[in-house]
Amino acid sequence: MSEEFKVEIVNPEKSFLAKDDVSEVVVPAFEGEMGILKDHISIISFLKPGIIKILSKSGDESYYVEDGIVEFKNNNLSILTSTIFNLADMDKSKQQDLLKQAEEEANKTDINDQSKYLADQKVGVLKTLN
Amino acid sequence: MASLDDLKKRIASVKSTQKITKAMKMVAAAKLRRAQESAEKGRPYSEKMNNVILNLSNGISDKENAPKLLSGTGQEKTHLCVVMTSDRGLCGGFNSNIIKKAKGYFAKILDEGKELKIITVGSKGNDQLKRVYGDKIIENISFKESKNANYFDADKVGKMVIEKFEAGEFDVCTIFYNQFKNVITQIPQAQQIIPLNNEDEESGSEENYEFEPDEDEILSNLLPKNISTQIFKAMLENSASEQGSRMSAMDNATRNAGEMVDKLTIEYNRSRQAAITKELIEIISGAESL
Repeated sequence: MSEEFKVEIVNPEKSFLAKDDVSEVVVPAFEGEMGILKDHISIISFLKPGIIKILSKSGDESYYVEDGIVEFKNNNLSILTSTIFNLADMDKSKQQDLLKQAEEEANKTDINDQSKYLADQKVGVLKTLN
Repeated sequence: MASLDDLKKRIASVKSTQKITKAMKMVAAAKLRRAQESAEKGRPYSEKMNNVILNLSNGISDKENAPKLLSGTGQEKTHLCVVMTSDRGLCGGFNSNIIKKAKGYFAKILDEGKELKIITVGSKGNDQLKRVYGDKIIENISFKESKNANYFDADKVGKMVIEKFEAGEFDVCTIFYNQFKNVITQIPQAQQIIPLNNEDEESGSEENYEFEPDEDEILSNLLPKNISTQIFKAMLENSASEQGSRMSAMDNATRNAGEMVDKLTIEYNRSRQAAITKELIEIISGAESL
């Protein structure tokens, strides 16, 4: 019981998900994957494309995100993101669409190194899903 | 006095106008509920974003090397104004209120001898501004195709603003929109988004955060997102305001049409009765003279 904390995921349109029986969340932070447990130190970081894993009593869930910010404070984890998909609801065609988009982006020549890196990340993550 | 036939026609036309305004009111009411809902749902995001940025800017160590989006370019010569209006009319004072607010601001800037650039979002604002400030409008965006305000559109505007900022085209950016208070009241707002105005900050949380990577990098990643978020918030507020404003305008129009129908009906009955009385008098006096 005492090992649980709250997580809230918001996207610009609405509050995407709120859970308060979470035992661990793994987020794809910019400098590598980061597992967050209860009583983690307050932290702000941002996300690269990847998978958020939420382990909770009521079942585990995985989400695909493209960007975002995580803030952890007083055992409240807030994740702000503009693009998020529940892996359970995501079918193959949606995945292919995203992958195609990401590949197109990665193949552009006129983008800077950082966007290129992010696009490559997207492609990499989406490929592992298939 | 208008003939009976004319009156009849007018009554019919006012009645059909009333039907239209009534229908528009219903549509606006339905849309308002949805717009209001999404405006409320969108609030947590922008609030959280604001919070994080507040925490970050409080914690930033090197104020002088802070990202330009936060601290500004150091001068205030060129102002960019993003005026957000609707794409459709018939919504009362909604668009004129924003325009009025914006025009006041423009006059102030030009009086101070500063340069002014305008981006209009929504075709109604462009229509009203191009007469006077046509040469100042550098960009005109309209989201007629999108049914509801969505983040994708806001992001487009945000990216454009940032691109122009990085190209050094302006120093200060202000957005104009209507804040939704309730169906009757919408408050036109001018909000400065570049450089970020943190005057009303309540720096209550002296929380020590761990940053990964360091503050500067997070901040420079976050600030552009914040611009889009603020614009998106403005769009949501605007769409709720537009529907609210339209609803009350159409409500008024319906009521006015109702009053007009009543007045015309009375006039119609009166002239009908007058005609009957006249005929009777003619018959009676004709009979008497025999």
